[in-house]
Order: sequence, then structure tokens, then C-alpha cells
Amino acid sequence: MTEITKSKDFGNGWVELNIGPQHPSTHGVLRLKVKLDGEIIREVEPVIGYLHRNAEKICELDYYCDSLIYFDRMDYVGAMNMEVGYLEAAEKLLGIPPPERVQWIRVIMAELSRIAAHLVWAGAFGLDLGMLTPFFYCFIEREKILRIFTETCGTRQETNYMSIGGVYQDFNDKIVYDIEEFIEQFPKKLGVIFDAYVKNDIFISRNKGIGILEPEVAIDYGVTGPMLRASGIDYDVRKAEPYLVYDKVNFDIPVSYKKDNLARFLVRFEEMRQSIKIIQQAIKKIPDGPYFNPKAKKSLMIRLRGEGETYARTESPKGEFGVYLVGDGGVKPYRVRVRSPSFKNLSILPVLAKDVMIADLVAISGTIDLVFGEVDR
Amino acid sequence: MKTGDGGVLTTTLEKAMEWGRSNSLWPLTFGLACCAIEMMAIQASDLDISRFGSEIFRNSPRQSDLMIVAGTVTKKMAPRVRRLYDEMPYPKYVIAMGVCVIQGGPYNQGYSVVLGVDKVVPVDVYVPGCPPTPEALTYGIMLLQKKIRNETER
Repeated sequence: MTEITKSKDFGNGWVELNIGPQHPSTHGVLRLKVKLDGEIIREVEPVIGYLHRNAEKICELDYYCDSLIYFDRMDYVGAMNMEVGYLEAAEKLLGIPPPERVQWIRVIMAELSRIAAHLVWAGAFGLDLGMLTPFFYCFIEREKILRIFTETCGTRQETNYMSIGGVYQDFNDKIVYDIEEFIEQFPKKLGVIFDAYVKNDIFISRNKGIGILEPEVAIDYGVTGPMLRASGIDYDVRKAEPYLVYDKVNFDIPVSYKKDNLARFLVRFEEMRQSIKIIQQAIKKIPDGPYFNPKAKKSLMIRLRGEGETYARTESPKGEFGVYLVGDGGVKPYRVRVRSPSFKNLSILPVLAKDVMIADLVAISGTIDLVFGEVDR
Repeated sequence: MKTGDGGVLTTTLEKAMEWGRSNSLWPLTFGLACCAIEMMAIQASDLDISRFGSEIFRNSPRQSDLMIVAGTVTKKMAPRVRRLYDEMPYPKYVIAMGVCVIQGGPYNQGYSVVLGVDKVVPVDVYVPGCPPTPEALTYGIMLLQKKIRNETER
């Protein structure tokens, strides 16, 4: 669905090109209005809202425990991280802290989900640049993670595994064994995928020095996550303001100072290795205990009342994910507001894709890692 | 189709064309939301859709036979869905993947969601689930193949 329209207003021979909303490289339903001078892009204007499903508004119609499914469907490739983000806010508002064991389980599941999200990104990024083979390798690894999720909670992608004050089902020996088996073989497989990319000269030359994002600009636009860390700022909510038990595990924040597309690629791959490091420690340290808070038993779940307002932020695969909740003493929230990282990261696209070739636009929008469930909500 | 003893195959032209069409359904790369990731998964190694003749996902509607509507259709997107459907050449088929596409799903209380893509384009096969597993979608494609071959579901 690509159209060319000649505009009368420009007067300098520019052509307006419309890319999307159905386009293989827009990762969903992004529409880009591009003004072209020959093959050079002069202006880009992203048009969003094609997947606006009013999730925030529907959350106000549901009980606190029911809203979780809409958070699963925001960043639908890394659903566990969204659940952690919502529950951090909801549990603070309702005053139901999760037990110690639950916190470790959540860390393990969130990190597995982060790996799955980055693998989808890596495969789709290869497809954008015309590399089909790494996509298959990425999805083989992702299926292994989804099999663990299926054993744990019955669904593959939109897990709905966590609940207020606990998780739906406890870890058993089989799941622990499967996770250990996965983290043992994964670094080697990740190396194969990594080599498939970086040993390709075309891939390197299409990404090195393209889409340079200065750290000052990134901060001005509110860019977070791997995008910001690839610009040389070591900001990660897991370190800056630890939630769950992230302060009890050892891991590093990957930072690159090259600021380009390749830096963002390398940061995401290193993040997957760090996630493995976190899971390795967590699976050993996980204590015994209850897997839900007795104050939030299933029969009591819909009677939970919250009053006041909270804001909680977590590190999702895309960046800083914030949830703002207002309760008026009823069983349903008064207001739910989400600060979604993809939306803030998308706002940088007009800056990055100025005066570049049109083929580079695809590479740049690929490294932003857009998920439209989260941008439009 | 009838196979004789001497290795001779007799059939009608219609049967042969139906057989050919049902075994070369090329889907359109058209991901809207969450279900699109599961649609990508059937293309990948574990559930290789190439086994059923849906070899490649075509990027242009002009080259594809099958539209898998994967994800919530909003009121802003609905005219584009119809336009993509109109751009596809005949014979064309539509699979509605996921409950959002069938009747709005978890979002059917909302103000911006089209309650069923069958209000916009005609649908051949409905695959329920939120999101449906890749196995379910593969089964949906197999049902569509049977429908094209005029076979009844037993």
C-alpha cells in the first residue's frame, strides 16, 4: 500500500510518499508520510492510531485483577514484563505485597519474556534488511521459551500468569528443569544467531554510522531502554530504582558509545546475555514459601478496594514502562494511565531519519523496536 | 479424481484447478496486532506452513490469494482492510484470526473497535482464540483448503 502523490506546495521538486499502514517493514500498522528529494528523505511524519483499542479506558470498567489481560496485549511480545509493570502499581495501591518466592518467580519469567521479545525483534530486524535465515533461528529459540510458558500457565504468548499478590501457579520441578536446560544451551545458540548477523558485510555497512542519536537529543525526547543505552547513558530502571529482587542479583547494564544502528543491535544482544545471567542466579536463589499472598485469595480478588494514587515504573524490553493508577475507594480503578516506551521512542524517528536515504529509513525504524499495541494502546 | 489400474488419472478441469488453488495459497503479510506474532510463528521452523503450500508471505496484495486478518480491526483501519481486499485478485479468501477479529474480543466494550471484520470483508474461516495457537491457524488453513476443494468436513 504505497502511493505517490505530487504536491503543489513544495515548489522544490519534492515528492510525497506514503508508506503503510500495510507495509512489511513497519512492524504492524505504522504509517509514514515521507517527503523525498530524489532518494533523500527531507521530512518524516509518523501517523499513529491504527491500533487504538482504548485499553486504558476499558481498564476503568473492570476489576483490578481483570485489567491484567489488557496489559498483556500492550507489549504483546514481552507480556510478562507488562504484567510486572501493572502489578507493581496495583499492589502498591491495594497494599498487598507479593511474598518472597513470588518475586523471584516474577524476575525469572520477566527475563525469559525479555529474551523472547528481543528474539522477535532480532528476527524482524533481519527481515527488514532482507535477511531471512536468522529469523528462523530466532524463532526456534523463542518457541523453546514459549513451551516453558505453556507448561507454567497454559498459554503461549498472552500469558496472564501473574495475579495480584502472587502468581497463578507455582513452579514445579519439571519447569525448573526445563528453564535450567534452556539457559544452558541458549548462549551457544545466541552466538550462532549473532554470527549470522555480524559476519555479513552488507548488514554491517547498512548499519554502521547510520541513524546517529546524540544523548542530549535522546534525553530531550524521553527516549529510554536500549535506544538510550546505545547512546552512551547507562540508565536502566532495574539498577536506578530496583523493583522486585533486582538488587539481589548481579548483572551489568550494556552501554555503547557509538550511538548508531549497530550499537543498538549490539546492546540488545548483550542484554539477552545479561538476562541469562540473571536467570542463572535467580533459579538457584529461589526460596520456598507460598506462591500467593493470603490477602488476595481467588475468592477475595474482586473485592479488593484501592484508594489514592500510585505510579510505578519498570524496565520493559522497549524501555521505561510506567503505570499510573488512581483509585477512589471502589473495586474498580478510577483512572489508568500508561507511559509507554515505544511511543516515546517513536517520536525520535523524524529526527533520526532526516537527510538519509530511503532504504536507511527501514533500518532506522527497525532498530527503534516498535510494538503498536503499546504505541496506540 | 479417479486413478485407473494402468497409471491413468482422469479428472475434470474444475477439480484440477481446485486442487491446484488449494495447494498454493499465498498469504498476504498483514499483521495488525498480537496475532501477527503467532502468524509469524507458523511461517518459522517449528510449524512450517510451506508444507501446506502457503510457501511465501507476499508483501503486495496483488500477488496474494489469502488474507489472514491477524489482530484487532479498528475503525481507523477498517477502510484500509477493505481497500487491501479489493486490491487482491480473484479468487481470494479471508481467514479471521482471533476473537478480536471475530467479534471484538476483550475490546468489544470499546469505542474504537470494529466488532467483527465480517462487517468489512467476507470471511471464509474463523479461527477463535486470543491469540490462537499456530496449530489452530494451521488447522484453519487446512479447513480452507477443504472448502476450496468442495469437500465436506467429516
